[in-house]
Amino acid sequence: MKVLVFAQLRELLGSNSIELPDGDCPANVAALRLLLAERLGDAFAEALADPNVFCAVDQRVVDDEHGLSPTQEIAFFPPMTGG
Amino acid sequence: MATVTILPTPLDPSVCLATFPRSADDTGAVASFCGYVRGQGISALALEHYPGMTEASILRTIESASRRWPIQHAQVVHRVGELLPGDPIVWVGVSSSHRSAAFSACEFIMDYLKVSAPLWKRERDQAGQWHWVEARDRDHKRAQRWGMSEHRA
Repeated sequence: MKVLVFAQLRELLGSNSIELPDGDCPANVAALRLLLAERLGDAFAEALADPNVFCAVDQRVVDDEHGLSPTQEIAFFPPMTGG
Repeated sequence: MATVTILPTPLDPSVCLATFPRSADDTGAVASFCGYVRGQGISALALEHYPGMTEASILRTIESASRRWPIQHAQVVHRVGELLPGDPIVWVGVSSSHRSAAFSACEFIMDYLKVSAPLWKRERDQAGQWHWVEARDRDHKRAQRWGMSEHRA
């Protein structure tokens, strides 16, 4: 499964996506946050732990309890600042 | 009818307005808004988006507006990439039979776009350093005035 990241998170990671084996798909968004924090180092873990960081599944913002499957498009990003 | 364009090239608000679809029969009002890059303390601005979701999110905001007001057509054009002070950054146009719906829907779309469309700004200061722009509380307060959850827009 592929997880997209944008803006400050993309800069911290040095890449615009993270590839995880499909077998590692966590049950929900909260579990995915923990898994990514474990694997990707302290700075990224700290940024991801910020409650203002959104998760979108199939291009809609969801909450931490939202269930996941490997075929979904998953993304994390900071608060929007367009307009 | 709704049109959303994410534009990596310069935005010309006069072309947006001139080409905005109108019906000679029943379009009585077109309200439009254009936002520009303010130069206070910055030498450039860069905008990043989430291809696909940004467009989908703005379309959902337009759908919410069309459930509240009898609008005929709405169009949003938003810049991405690097911009300079004075450059147009966003254009919103709404048509309706009467001005009240067009004014309100235009403001609603702009208020929700700012807090719910996945777009992120960086500013380059006079020393040439880039900084991410923080989300502002006053933008959230403006969106909340309309009484709708920001991410259900």
